[in-house]
Amino acid sequence: MEFLSNIFSYMVNNWDHLLMLTIDHIIMVVVGIVLALIVGIPLGVISAKNEFLARIILSVANIIQVFPSIALLGMLMIFLGIGFKTVVVGLFLYSLLPIISNTYVGLREVDDSISEAGRGSGMTVLQLLFKVQLPLSLPFLLAGVRIAAVIAVGVATLAPFIGGDGLGKDIVDGINSRQEAKIYSGAIIAALLAILVDLTLGRAQKQTEQRIG
Amino acid sequence: MIEFKNVKKKYDNGYEALKNINLECSEGEITALIGPSGCGKTTLMKLINRLHNPTSGTITIAGKDTSSIDPIELRRKIGYVIQHVGLFPHMNIGRNVATVPKLLKWDKERTRKRVDELLEMVSLDPETYRDRFPSELSGGQQQRIGVIRALAVEPSIILMDEPFSALDPISREQLQDELIRLQRDIKKTIVFVTHDMDEALKIADKIALMKDGEIVQYGSPEEILRRPANDFVKEFIGEKRLEVYQDTPTIRQVMVNNPVTIYPHRGLAESLKRMEGKKVDSLIVVDERDHLLGYVTVFDVLKEYDNEAIKVKDLMHSFEYKVESHMLLPEAIQQMHERKASYLPVVDESGVLEGLLTRGSIVGYIGKEYDGEVEGVL
Ligand SMILES: Nc1ncnc2c1ncn2[C@@H]1O[C@H](COP(=O)(O)OP(=O)(O)O)[C@@H](O)[C@H]1O
Ligand SMILES: [Mg+2]
Repeated sequence: MEFLSNIFSYMVNNWDHLLMLTIDHIIMVVVGIVLALIVGIPLGVISAKNEFLARIILSVANIIQVFPSIALLGMLMIFLGIGFKTVVVGLFLYSLLPIISNTYVGLREVDDSISEAGRGSGMTVLQLLFKVQLPLSLPFLLAGVRIAAVIAVGVATLAPFIGGDGLGKDIVDGINSRQEAKIYSGAIIAALLAILVDLTLGRAQKQTEQRIG
Repeated sequence: MIEFKNVKKKYDNGYEALKNINLECSEGEITALIGPSGCGKTTLMKLINRLHNPTSGTITIAGKDTSSIDPIELRRKIGYVIQHVGLFPHMNIGRNVATVPKLLKWDKERTRKRVDELLEMVSLDPETYRDRFPSELSGGQQQRIGVIRALAVEPSIILMDEPFSALDPISREQLQDELIRLQRDIKKTIVFVTHDMDEALKIADKIALMKDGEIVQYGSPEEILRRPANDFVKEFIGEKRLEVYQDTPTIRQVMVNNPVTIYPHRGLAESLKRMEGKKVDSLIVVDERDHLLGYVTVFDVLKEYDNEAIKVKDLMHSFEYKVESHMLLPEAIQQMHERKASYLPVVDESGVLEGLLTRGSIVGYIGKEYDGEVEGVL
């Protein structure tokens, strides 16, 4: 009990500091994922159009994904130095696979007859993609973003090892200074953040699914 | 008019889906492509809007080779309805119907008006349905939307690939009736793929019956029913339908084959002599190539008989009504009755005189037909 109240009082006393860290954390995650969307969606589209390229792209993304996060961040540090930028690149790489593969699957799931109706009406390849195929794969894409975001919230707690901030900072500081309350408050907020992201994106995903019917 | 000339289609995997197709789909008519599954109907249809390209041969629309037209442009000018409806599930009905107007960048007002007009055309209240999503509509309603989406920019050609086959029999009948009614007003050139003979007989002006990538027989529903080209066609039509049609006599079976004719530039004395010789009270006027021009009666001839300068063509009347030899007899009798005509000229498609349907010939035919039965009774 005393342990829990310790954590609680730490949180109350340091709320402004924790808020700052949380915001930092969110910014890293959001930037990483936005970059992954910018790169991953086109790669997913290319994969859906070409089975051969799909195999290459998905294998590479898979390899990145199975790399242990500490090792990946360590390697990035060697190439990019330390700091925010390196963390974001790490999160970006981690988010790629779920986004590419879900875009790919989402596009392949679009009913052939619907695509054909679009083509038959005289849509260009790009019109078909933007007006029909991508909107219809939105639920899948959102599922990908959801997975990516939850992973990224977790991976981002490693940021302090390579000179970043975020909730990991309190965890690492806490470990170094043997302050349990500090460690746990960082960890708890990170976990809550992950749950919140999961629930919100889960709901968005359901809504788009329903709308598409 | 859509014209296929020596069209072959081989798919990338080497399968020869179409073998030397020659076909004309006439302006303003419904041409049905019919045949068993896999015979190449869809392939043939998709060559028209270039969803496929032929391996060899040419397809022309109004004389223009389609390979010289940009496929995107071409498709926006050709309505397209598919079997699985293919409505865009993420767009409401209004936006679905407005697909092609949007691609053609019509302004908002014009598009909105057209969408409402189309919805009304298929008896769906615009206020109610415009903002609904496809999943909120019944199968029949969805396919109505599929059809009006294809009509949106008033294309002169519409392609329909088994549009009603997924519907329950009642909705299917309804939509067929609606299509017939609609076509009476819009007079589009429609290519209609089906595997249902009843459907083809009901809606088509011409039927192309296909098998293994070839057209086995092409003709009007009447022609195909009456003169099936081979056993495959007979089997495809089915015994039942053949019996019904073949039991009803056509004009060809009843008509007089050698009507007494005269050329328009002949004189009256010759006319009168002919009438006397053949014991008829009028002559059918034809040109040298047997094209029907009209008729003269014995009264006309006698009235002007003294005037040597007068020729047949000066006294000639034209016919209000003609029939073709494949027409069913009951229909023709009905017409004779309504028009109080004692005979009707029978012509072929190009207006060449083939015979004459007279009251005498009808009585003669019926007498012959019932001969056996009457004897049996006695
Ligand atoms: N893209 C394709 N590649 C290879 N073969 C095809 C393709 N599309 C259709 N076929 C084959 O061509 C034949 C004719 O197909 P289709 O025109 O769809 O027939 P139908 O519409 O009369 O049922 C079938 O045997 C089918 O398997
Ligand atoms: Mg087909």
